[in-house]
Amino acid sequence: MFKALFDAKILISCSVLLALMLMMPRFLPRFYVYLFALMFAIALLATSLNLVLGFGGMYQFHHAVFYGFGAYAFALFATKSGLPLWIGYAIAPFCSAALGLVLGLITVRLNRLYFGMMQISLGSLVWAITYRWYSFTGGDDGIHGIPLPDLVGSSTGAYYFNLIVAATCLLLMYMIVNSPFGRIFQGIRDNPERCQAVGVNVQKQQLTGQVLAAFFAGVAGTLFVTVEGSVFPDLMFWTLSLEILIMCLLGGWFIFLGPALGAAIIISLRTFAGIYTEYWTLILGIVLMLLIFFLPEGVLGLFLKKADPAAKREG
Amino acid sequence: MQQVLVGLSRTTILFIVASGLSLVLGVLRIPNVAHGSLYMIGAFVTYTVATVFGQSAAGFFIALVVAPLVVALISFLVERGLFCHLYEREHLMLLLFTFSFTLVFGDLVKLIWGSDYRSLTAPEFLQGAFSIQGMPFPRYNLFLLIIGPIVAAGLWFLTNRTKIGKIARAAAVDREMVGAVGINVSWVFAAVFVIGCYLAGLGGALVAPTQNITQGMDHAIIIEAFLIVIIGGLGNIWGALLGALIFGLTDSIGILLWPQFAIVFPYVAVVTVLLFRPQGLLKSTW
Repeated sequence: MFKALFDAKILISCSVLLALMLMMPRFLPRFYVYLFALMFAIALLATSLNLVLGFGGMYQFHHAVFYGFGAYAFALFATKSGLPLWIGYAIAPFCSAALGLVLGLITVRLNRLYFGMMQISLGSLVWAITYRWYSFTGGDDGIHGIPLPDLVGSSTGAYYFNLIVAATCLLLMYMIVNSPFGRIFQGIRDNPERCQAVGVNVQKQQLTGQVLAAFFAGVAGTLFVTVEGSVFPDLMFWTLSLEILIMCLLGGWFIFLGPALGAAIIISLRTFAGIYTEYWTLILGIVLMLLIFFLPEGVLGLFLKKADPAAKREG
Repeated sequence: MQQVLVGLSRTTILFIVASGLSLVLGVLRIPNVAHGSLYMIGAFVTYTVATVFGQSAAGFFIALVVAPLVVALISFLVERGLFCHLYEREHLMLLLFTFSFTLVFGDLVKLIWGSDYRSLTAPEFLQGAFSIQGMPFPRYNLFLLIIGPIVAAGLWFLTNRTKIGKIARAAAVDREMVGAVGINVSWVFAAVFVIGCYLAGLGGALVAPTQNITQGMDHAIIIEAFLIVIIGGLGNIWGALLGALIFGLTDSIGILLWPQFAIVFPYVAVVTVLLFRPQGLLKSTW
């Protein structure tokens, strides 16, 4: 099965990359260890969005809500339940998946753009409730000082934990994309009517995709808590969702690892631009405009196209 | 009852903003996220112009005229300079492109007006309240209730009785055919886009005396406008009116019943509507 999924070139470069990342905390200053750990979480988030966006063709305009929901689920579990923290890691993604199911049941019946706009609206509702519900979610203050298991309490521990979880999830998603389900999903992206005609239950597949993507976004949410130790309502604000969309676009959304690369670029840009200017969103806006005009296939897309003109569009 | 009237005047603002959004969505097929930013710019420009005239009554009305025009000018430049090259792209790209303007405008507003909030008082004769059957009702809200139908009538006239309105409606259905009979569709699009954005600016100008003018008011309004357009049917101006009514009323009833989570009520209304009419209440141009 592995042979079918990975050709030797990809396998070797990925393992070299992974080995490099495993060694990195030995050489890097603490701040960079933190930054990379955050990057793994966001890379996972962007890839999970791309699962429905790039491979399913669904206009998932509000993906951050699943991410924030997972983070909140973990935070609330950790601060209120008193049960072992590892259980929280196991439960939180399923909470996100459940939210994905509920929202999906409402939205998948709608056509493309309606779907996206409804997704934004319902996600904003979840955000608004979180924002207002002071007694339970801490309102706009969020929850701080969330207890973490000892193993991931240090920044190096969080780094390794995030790296391993994110890599595992990416592998799982890669297998999903290349599974029969993934193929049907891409078929729906390219021609929903024809898929319907040959007997595929389009809405059911889309719902499944949505739930899967929400699940992995929830995992990304718990990884964020592992790095930051706090949650706040901005995690589910719709502008974050559009930022993730930008990451997918920047990296290239027809390529599996594109969004992860985009996430890494955006996070580093934000961190380093943030040192020099408070007008980071202005820069992001201009980057985005240039991107749409000149580089609609994304950085990785351009790179792969240059390297091998035949191999565009496929991950 | 009083709450209903207040809700209705809020509806006016929502309708004006949402109808602009709906117009652009219906004809150009762009989900314009920057619409909220233009609304915010409208409010800030109103503040500045009114302040230049010492916040007098005349100054307020001058601002009410000037601010939407400034917004319209900005949108005209954006449309002719950038948007018109992108119409063939898919919706997702267009949405992200308008989002890039949200980011840029947001920071430009911060750059120009700073991050403090501003407040503007309405002219003397619109301040205060009078009583309807013993309940106080703010005068400015009455003013809004008068403006709303005027704007609606104006829009109706524009889309149904003028040539450009008819062309725009035709272009919404089949833009290639309209181009084939020798009409410059690109300029029709520009006109519709500018009118839509003008409405955002007008909404911002009208809302300025009723609330603090702050960063972030763009984010709040755009989601509400999206919801309203969804209930009403994308691209249908009467749908926007109906949606604004439903939204404004459920919102004000919500404030009455359960202040902390008032925001839930309009959403429940939207979900209920969509369960039965996934395409919105009225006919959509999509």
